[in-house]
Amino acid sequence: MAIAQRTAMPLEEKGPAPLVLGAVKPSFEKTEDAEALRRIAAAVRLKVVKTIALAKLGHVGGDLSVTDILTTLFFSVLDVDPGNPAKPDRDRFILSKGHCAAALYSVLSLRGFFDPEAVDAFMKPLSPLNGHPNRRKIPGVEANTGPLGHGLPIGLGAAIGAKLAGQSWRTFVVLGDGELQEGSNWEAAMAAGHRGLGNLVAIIDRNRFQQGAGTEATNRLEPLADKFRAFGWDAIDVDGHDVGALHAVLGAPGADKPRAVIARTFKGRGVSFMEDLVDWHHKVPSAEQLEIALKELAL
Amino acid sequence: MSAAEALRAPGASETFDCRIAFADELIKLARADKRIVAVCNDSIGSSNLGAFQKEFPDRLVNVGIAEQNMVGVGAGLANAGMVPFVCAAGPFLTGRATEQIKADCAYSQYPVVLCGMSPGMAYGELGPTHHSVEDFAWMRAIAELTVMAPADPAETRQAVQWAAGAGKPVYMRVARFKIPAVTGAGHRFEPGKISTLREGGDVCIAAVGTMVSRALEAADLLAQEGIAARVLNVSTLKPLDEDTILKAARETGRIVTAEEAVCSGGLGGAVAELVAQRHPVPMRILGVSGFAPTGDTQFLLDHFGLNAAGLVQAARDLLGTGAR
Repeated sequence: MAIAQRTAMPLEEKGPAPLVLGAVKPSFEKTEDAEALRRIAAAVRLKVVKTIALAKLGHVGGDLSVTDILTTLFFSVLDVDPGNPAKPDRDRFILSKGHCAAALYSVLSLRGFFDPEAVDAFMKPLSPLNGHPNRRKIPGVEANTGPLGHGLPIGLGAAIGAKLAGQSWRTFVVLGDGELQEGSNWEAAMAAGHRGLGNLVAIIDRNRFQQGAGTEATNRLEPLADKFRAFGWDAIDVDGHDVGALHAVLGAPGADKPRAVIARTFKGRGVSFMEDLVDWHHKVPSAEQLEIALKELAL
Repeated sequence: MSAAEALRAPGASETFDCRIAFADELIKLARADKRIVAVCNDSIGSSNLGAFQKEFPDRLVNVGIAEQNMVGVGAGLANAGMVPFVCAAGPFLTGRATEQIKADCAYSQYPVVLCGMSPGMAYGELGPTHHSVEDFAWMRAIAELTVMAPADPAETRQAVQWAAGAGKPVYMRVARFKIPAVTGAGHRFEPGKISTLREGGDVCIAAVGTMVSRALEAADLLAQEGIAARVLNVSTLKPLDEDTILKAARETGRIVTAEEAVCSGGLGGAVAELVAQRHPVPMRILGVSGFAPTGDTQFLLDHFGLNAAGLVQAARDLLGTGAR
C-alpha cells in the first residue's frame, strides 16, 4: 500500500457514510410534447437555483443557459435507461462544459438516475456530487469533464467506436461557446469531419459569454457556423431555449456528416436579474435574490 | 541460467528494438479480440504500426498530428467498449496530452493503454524537444495510472498482454534504443512486482528499462572488486513494489537507482520517497541531469554517466560513505 494512501485513510474514515446514487422513479416521463418539455425545464431551473443557493457555489449563469438543451436531450432524445445506465447500446452524452454540473445533476435526478433530494449534497464534503461530474460516482455521466476542450475528443472516440462495432447509437456532446477557444476542439472537429461521422452531434451553448467577458470581445468565435462547415460539419443555428426546435434538430438522425447545433442562449435564462449578464457566471444569489428568482421561475 | 549469465552467453551481444515485439504482440492480440484498436498521431511508422494497419485497416485510428485529440479519442473508444492502444512518441504523448491522460483516462478510469514510443533519449541527435525523459515524473504524479517500462522484448510482450486485459489505464514505455534481453526464458513478468536479477548484499542497484542491462554489467565489474551488488529490474514504477525495495534497503543498506529519465520524480524519486519514510539508507540517483547536448543515444547515455562505469562509481561512492 502506498504511503500517501495510508496517511489519507483516516481522513476518509471521519466522514459520513458515502452517498451511493442509484435509480429511482423518474419525476417526469420522456415526452415529445413541447409544452411538457417546457414544464420539465422549469422544474430543472428551480432545482438548479435552489441547489446553487444551498451550496453557495456553482455556475448558475451557464446552468440556466444550458437547461433547455439538457432537458430536451434527456427527456426527448437520448436513448438511455436510468435503471441500466451502462447498457452498451445507450446513446452517449458528454457535458464538455463540466462546470455546469448542477444543471446536469438536476436533469439526471429528475430523469430517475438518482434521488432528486440527493442533489442537495452538491459540493458538500465527501459528496459524490462534485463541482464537476465524476462518472465513477454518478450514474449517467460518461466522462469526468471540467478542464475545457475535453468532451469533443472523447465524443469523437465514442462515435468512432460505435462505427467500428457496427452499432447505431449516437453521441451527443454539449460544449460551452467560450471553450471553443481550446484548440483540442478543433483537432476533434477536423478529425470528425474527415471521417464523416454522422453519429456525432455537438451542441454549442452559445450564450456569448465566458468567465470574464463576451466571447467576441475576448477571442472572436464568429462566424462560428462557417467554421464548423469549413471543417466538414453540418451546422445548424437554433434558438437554444425553444425545446420544440431543439427536439426537431436533435432527434433527427444524422447522415454522413457530424452535426454542430449552435444553440443561441442567454446566460441566466429565466431569472430577470441574471439574464444575459456576465457577472452571473458563477455568482451565488443572496437570500433576497433567491426569493425573487424562485418566484420568477415558479410563474 | 541467471540473467547475468545470459548476458555473457554466446549471442548475448544481440540487441533488440522493443517496438518489434510490441507490434507483433499487439497484432496477435488483435486477431483474437476485435475490441483491440490502435490510435496514433501520424506515427504509423515510428510506432511500428504498419503491419497492424495492413491487417486491420479500420482498427488503426490515425487522428493526425493532434495528441490531445488522440488521447481523448482513446478514452472515447474505451467508453464504446474498445481496448485502445494509443501510440505516439513519448514526449508528445505525455507532454502535449498530460491533462487528457489525467482527466480522460486516469480520473475517468478508462482502460486506455498509453504507449510512449521511443522513450528516453532514443531520438538522440533530435535533441531535448524529442527526448521523453520527463515522462516518468509526469505520469507517476497522476493518481490511479499504472506506469511501466518493460526491460526487454520478452517483458514488452508480456506487458502488452497484461495491459490489454488490465481494465484500467496504463502508461507503458516501448523502447526503441536497442537493448539486450535481460530476462531469462522462464521469467514471468508480473505487473507491480520487481524482479531480482542478481542477488547481492553490499549494495542494491535498482534500474529501469534501458538501464537494466547496464546495471547487470556494473554488477559484474563490482564483483571483480569483491562487491556483491543486488540488481533489481523495476519494470513497474507505479504502483511500486515497496516490499522488494524495503527488503533491499534493509539487506544492502545502500541503493543506487538508474533511469533514462530526469533525476527528479522518476524511479529515484519513488525509491527515495519510500525509503526516506520507512527505512532510510544512503542513495545515489542516476538519471538525465539537464537538457541533453547534441549526440546520439549511446553518446548521451555515456555523457550523463548512465553506463556501467557510472553505476560502478556510484556504488563505490556509497560504499565509501554509506553507514553500514
